[in-house]
Amino acid sequence: MEEATRARPAAVELTDLDTLEAESIHIVREVVAEFENPVMLFSGGKDSVLMLHLARKAFAPARVPFPILHVDTGHNFPEVIEFRDRTVAKHDLRLEVASVQELIDAGQIKVGHELESRNRHQTVALLEALKNGGYDAVFGGGRRDEEKARAKERVFSFRDSFGQWDPKNQRPELWRLYNGRHRKGEHIRVFPISDWTELDVWRYLAQERVDLPPIYFAHEREVVDHEGLLMAVNEFFPPPEGAEIMRVMVRYRTVGDATATGAVASEAVDFEAVIEETAVTRITERGATRGDDRFSEAAMEDRKKEGYF
Amino acid sequence: MASELLRIATAGSVDDGKSTLIGRLLFETKAIFEDQLESIERTSEKRGDEQTDLALLTDGLRAEREQGITIDVAHRYFATPKRKFVIADTPGHIQYTRNMVTGASTANLALLLVDARKGVLEQTRRHALLSSLLRVPHLVLCVNKMDLVDYDQAVYDEIREEFSAFAAKLEITDLGFVPVSALAGDNVVERSDRMPWFEGQPLLGHLEDVHIASDRNLVDNRFPVQYVIRPQSSEHRDYRGFAGSVAGGIFKQGDEVMVMPSRKTSRIERIDTPDGEIDQAFPPMAVTLLLEDEIDISRGDMICRPSNQPTANRRFEAMICWFDETSQLRTGAPYMLKHTTRWAPAEVDELRYQLDVDTLHRDLDAETLEVNDIGRVSISTSSALFFDEYRLNRNTGSFILVDSHTDLTVAAGMIIGSGAEPTLPAEPVVAENITFHPSKLTREERWSALGTSGATIWLTGLSGSGKSTIAAAVEHTLVSSGRPAFMLDGDNLRHGINANLGFSPEDRAENVRRVGEVARLMAEAGAISVVSLVSPYRADRDRVRQAHEEAGIPFHEVHVDAPLEVCEERDPKGLYAKARAGEITDLTGVGSPYEAPESPALVPSEDLETAVRQVLGLLEG
Repeated sequence: MEEATRARPAAVELTDLDTLEAESIHIVREVVAEFENPVMLFSGGKDSVLMLHLARKAFAPARVPFPILHVDTGHNFPEVIEFRDRTVAKHDLRLEVASVQELIDAGQIKVGHELESRNRHQTVALLEALKNGGYDAVFGGGRRDEEKARAKERVFSFRDSFGQWDPKNQRPELWRLYNGRHRKGEHIRVFPISDWTELDVWRYLAQERVDLPPIYFAHEREVVDHEGLLMAVNEFFPPPEGAEIMRVMVRYRTVGDATATGAVASEAVDFEAVIEETAVTRITERGATRGDDRFSEAAMEDRKKEGYF
Repeated sequence: MASELLRIATAGSVDDGKSTLIGRLLFETKAIFEDQLESIERTSEKRGDEQTDLALLTDGLRAEREQGITIDVAHRYFATPKRKFVIADTPGHIQYTRNMVTGASTANLALLLVDARKGVLEQTRRHALLSSLLRVPHLVLCVNKMDLVDYDQAVYDEIREEFSAFAAKLEITDLGFVPVSALAGDNVVERSDRMPWFEGQPLLGHLEDVHIASDRNLVDNRFPVQYVIRPQSSEHRDYRGFAGSVAGGIFKQGDEVMVMPSRKTSRIERIDTPDGEIDQAFPPMAVTLLLEDEIDISRGDMICRPSNQPTANRRFEAMICWFDETSQLRTGAPYMLKHTTRWAPAEVDELRYQLDVDTLHRDLDAETLEVNDIGRVSISTSSALFFDEYRLNRNTGSFILVDSHTDLTVAAGMIIGSGAEPTLPAEPVVAENITFHPSKLTREERWSALGTSGATIWLTGLSGSGKSTIAAAVEHTLVSSGRPAFMLDGDNLRHGINANLGFSPEDRAENVRRVGEVARLMAEAGAISVVSLVSPYRADRDRVRQAHEEAGIPFHEVHVDAPLEVCEERDPKGLYAKARAGEITDLTGVGSPYEAPESPALVPSEDLETAVRQVLGLLEG
């Protein structure tokens, strides 16, 4: 059949990015068609920006038919909040905010000290917001290449009424036939960009010229070297005593809680340069930038079981 | 940058080194990062391994690392400048057949491993069977741990032969072999100089080059409507778009379309994407179709062509694999079935047999299916589904069964057809708008420009022997894979070009001559002419063969050799009955002789699927 294959014009073949885009859009549409009340998590990070971009494409020229939910730790990069609000206004989106700070103030979350990482506390705020909003499907920007436990998670990931994930009891997922059936109180986490890698995300965002928070590109910033991470000096991260403050060119590979997210030294000021750096980097994005994922081999697995995204 | 996406399903026994092989692929393509490597180095050291265990890269959950096993489908990613690869890595233990089925459902290629010291095991055969059942288009068998058998060619050859013999009984269209040592890296990325006797490509090269674009069905237009887009904004007041993913065929602007189940027709006004209008849409594109006429269409409807419709039926036959550990198949019990974008209440009416995946034995007395069991069933749904046979289209031939009480996915199914007879579209579809300027092109120029080569397949045999059934299936398979083919059926041609001919020996000779000429011309044009004609006289057929030989066009004579009693029992056109009743006098085999070919290129199997494969094999030779 070798001849036959050459007979087919190249015009009916898709690139890898086109294929990923088509598969993701299929998933987003499937959820909106089958669930009553979906919501999309949006942090302003590149993965959630990608996911929102795909959702806009899935329903154009109509507006995105569900709200976006920001789980706000209170430890934010101001550039990211500014970006979030700009995006909401530009695309006529509905924004819901689940505030960790409010839960702390109300005494529902106990913190050791003001500046400890609040990544873990996001779970409480998230589950609270899901319950209050009555959401039955929650889009998350998780990718399977990020971490080993995520590599084993389904696209439609079932959660019990406590929001918990049971890795040994996942629904089989075949072809493109997703089973989102559930009872009241249960919900499904949906990961439409499961099969994208960090490099895919960057190549696609570049191809589509998608707007991103400026901290993803190299800029000058005051940082200290803290346990191997380059931590920005700001209100959430006062430099430890004796630490040397450096003013260097950095960018962020991930955007999380400002107390726990480190920057990487970089000269990459545009998409092309970031792609070049991403293609040759030898450290995973979480390993390079997230204090919270480095503690143990099973850090992510444990947090996911509790209901983390 | 990578240009195409290839999905791989891997399987192997617990200790045959699958995780190590994947670890090796990731490592060598630089898909592994330093911090990951450091982390597994620490774990290896803690466990007291002699060298870093690359398997730790893929075993993600704590239980797996501790017990040294893999418990679920894991996805891995790597890329080369040619392709992006997604591996669905599934464990090989017996209780996890369902994971292999899951991984294989979307795979372009199945990668199976055997330990060179142990050879082909029960489990290897089971995985090959599952790949074949799930119609994974390509299969590669890696003979691993060659380092432990001194890179001995004889060991490899023996395994290769044994597996080939087994695979011949299955539906495997493309089978490849590579001898490797995942641990030492031989023939994984680079050619190994320790196995100079191996002339094939190393594994990665094979994965980069295997051709997948034609694995899709680009012939039968199928568009399951997923969602209706109605912006309800002043700017787009009248916009009504049908969003979905193309499940088969190529949809073009201006195409006439039919909507199931209403059977209303319209034309495609335009094909929308958020990046603007496009001329054509094909699998797996996610697009929005806008039609010229206002037709009531909702999710679950299927857009196709009036001349090429899916089967619409409430009842069908299917192979299913049972997934649920907590329940077993109950015939007559209510299930929910999801097919394309449609949910329907369903019942399994009958379990016809259970298939033993090791012996291929069909247990007709089986009463139920349990987790990891596979069987053939008949199913009925509360409303009609619009489906194709799974072997023709994985998107419109697959379904899942869901327990209505627990909401769990309990089984996955592959549709065989609506009854015992294979269902083929009534009207074949061939490439459109191809014209040639006859005088200025040589055949070589023509064929090479079209990327094809013509040939004639001549099916001869008694009436009712199954010629037309085989011919139709061969034609459909070829055209589905993008190859121009056309069926020339004796009965059909007698309505037109041969309308003035009867059944005397002279008229039969002229009939055969004309069909032979048409076949030769079509082959000359680059098509595969698939002729289904009784053509009882050897001399007539030989003249056609000679005309082809003189023109330099391949001619394959296939003798569909069913015994007269069988043909007479089938008697699809009632001809034998009429002949026995004396109503017709010159029926071949009854009142008129049949001269069988002396050395046909092929006498195909009685099994249709095997026969089709055998006939296609003639074209590759």
